[in-house]
Amino acid sequence: MSDARVITAGGALPADAPAPATPRRVPHRGGAENPSVAALRAQFGGAIGRSEVVWGETTAFVARERLLDVVRWLHADPHQRYDYLVDVTAVEFRDAGQPLQVVWHLRSLPHRRFLRLKVELAPEGPLSVPSVVPVYQSADWLEREVYDMFGIGFDGHPDLRRILMWEQYREGHPLRKDFPLRGRFSRSEQLRQALAANPEAHYSMNELTVAEAFGDLPRDVQERLAAGERTGE
Amino acid sequence: MSGTRTIEVQLSTTGLAPDGTPQRVPLAVDTAGHLVPVGAALPAVEPDLGGEHMLINIGPQHPATHGVLRLVLELDGETVVRCTPHIGYLHCGFEKIGEYRQYNQIIPWTDREDYLNSIGNNVAFVLSAERLFGIEITPRCTVLRVIAMELSRIISHLVWVGTTAIDIGAFTPFLWAFQERENVYNLLEGWVGARLTTSATRVGGMAADLPDGWLDGLRNFVRTFPRTIDEVDRMLTKNGIWVGRTLGLGAMGAAEAVNHGLSGPMLRASGVAYDVRKDEPYLDYETYDFDVPVGTAGDVYDRYLVRMEELRQSVRILEQAMRRLPDGPVNVDDPRVILPPKHKATSGMESMIHHFKLVMEGPRPPIGECYVPVESPKGEKGYYLVSDGTSKPVRWRIRPPSFVNLSAIPKMVEGHLLSDVIAINASIDIVMGEIDR
Repeated sequence: MSDARVITAGGALPADAPAPATPRRVPHRGGAENPSVAALRAQFGGAIGRSEVVWGETTAFVARERLLDVVRWLHADPHQRYDYLVDVTAVEFRDAGQPLQVVWHLRSLPHRRFLRLKVELAPEGPLSVPSVVPVYQSADWLEREVYDMFGIGFDGHPDLRRILMWEQYREGHPLRKDFPLRGRFSRSEQLRQALAANPEAHYSMNELTVAEAFGDLPRDVQERLAAGERTGE
Repeated sequence: MSGTRTIEVQLSTTGLAPDGTPQRVPLAVDTAGHLVPVGAALPAVEPDLGGEHMLINIGPQHPATHGVLRLVLELDGETVVRCTPHIGYLHCGFEKIGEYRQYNQIIPWTDREDYLNSIGNNVAFVLSAERLFGIEITPRCTVLRVIAMELSRIISHLVWVGTTAIDIGAFTPFLWAFQERENVYNLLEGWVGARLTTSATRVGGMAADLPDGWLDGLRNFVRTFPRTIDEVDRMLTKNGIWVGRTLGLGAMGAAEAVNHGLSGPMLRASGVAYDVRKDEPYLDYETYDFDVPVGTAGDVYDRYLVRMEELRQSVRILEQAMRRLPDGPVNVDDPRVILPPKHKATSGMESMIHHFKLVMEGPRPPIGECYVPVESPKGEKGYYLVSDGTSKPVRWRIRPPSFVNLSAIPKMVEGHLLSDVIAINASIDIVMGEIDR
């Protein structure tokens, strides 16, 4: 890219575009929809589900299979240029019948737009969505956190393993609503597991593949590595 | 190796050109004999000496990792080939706990997450919650919050410059920075009664208005503080050791930085003019006159320059905020969220019931969701709140700027020397409380 040395937010806007201002009296529902949603509908048709404007922010629901295409297009299209991935997260509602939502917050620095994409996952269906790491490097750790906390898989993620909890953590995914606030296991069970932990387990399987460390490993870890195991589970 | 070696030093007085003028000092010579920054003097491809790679572990209990960060580095000689960060040692499940708390009860948790920016987090959280409740805060409250956020930025940047200087080998700026930080904490103590864990805001207002005479203290601070910035500036900016240990390290290009999701000073040092205060304003920031410093190289040195300039700009904003601070109520006049005055709650039946209901049940926002970003000292921070109409959020998501900034560290350190990992890691300005939450 020739202009890659300096990027100015709002650079793609016309010179007479109004300067950004603190939003006031934002309506609860309704208001101007982000024009990218109409463009998405024109481009992807039925893959874009309903859209809504809540507290001034536009949300578009996307079909799970087309998510990566949609994100790629939003990133690359010269009229959209959503170059900044703000956040990836998920929402589970207290009502167990409601689908889980995976949420992407996208921002277009050149056009000064903010867009929320959502994919709904039925509780009984497969809990996985496409990874957007091929488009945004920043998705790497954010997707790992969603996987860790919600158990939602990201197909195509290069290194999907737990990030905040340790790799041998077996109590489940803490931010799920069926996970009790104090954890699944009793304190004594948690302590027993902590004391019984293999110190080698503090290195991820990925790191243990480094040649020099390999010879010093216990036999069973060597065998697990040789069998291609990487997650340490 | 036996015997002695003579090392020819390029400049006898580091930091000064032969004619005595201060300059950025190149400390190494490349193969062609030109003076270059230290990092650039390394040949692009080191000769393969046939040695084995070594795995080295830094942290989680290492003072230079600024908390409980653990880096596992694969080294070829002294050069980092691969870096794997491990986080989570401070994970407390803030977001989970938030689902069991009313909105005002979450505010103390925001103190403890990025604990160098606690009052800034308080403000950021209530901005999100107020959007969710549909509340417009009072003019006086708006300006008070600007003062809170800028003081918070000053605290955070002072800790950054102090600790980073220690990591790189300069102890003195640390003492100067912490003295000024102490002054800000004294101000905060006078305002809200707490220094570190402030919990200063409430949905719809602040916990307390300014006490009498407080602004004089702030005025005094704003007058004397720039002198300290200048002292640190004189000490470091043209210092040969400082320049040699920071120039050209961990460089990120503009497009790269955006793709890695960097924000705050990290992003601006890479040449991206994006500041939430300018581009997604909140608290009327668009009406303040201040500049956004932008670097070009995106290296550790530029990040230092950007943060130093932000300190000066924060002082400018504080001056303007003090001048415009209007009189009037701090809290909104909205019985949905604001408790009745104590004397009424203890004397009138309606007020007492109102008080009881608000405390025991908590205010209820309508069904909805919102994400309000603010410019925290670390970068773009925002709280994403989802409400199902009850008094506790369904989801409280913290968008942690340090977390995303840190996730780019493998990219920044690979190919650099082990000792430079410390400088690069320091330049990210991480707070593990925010990363692990």
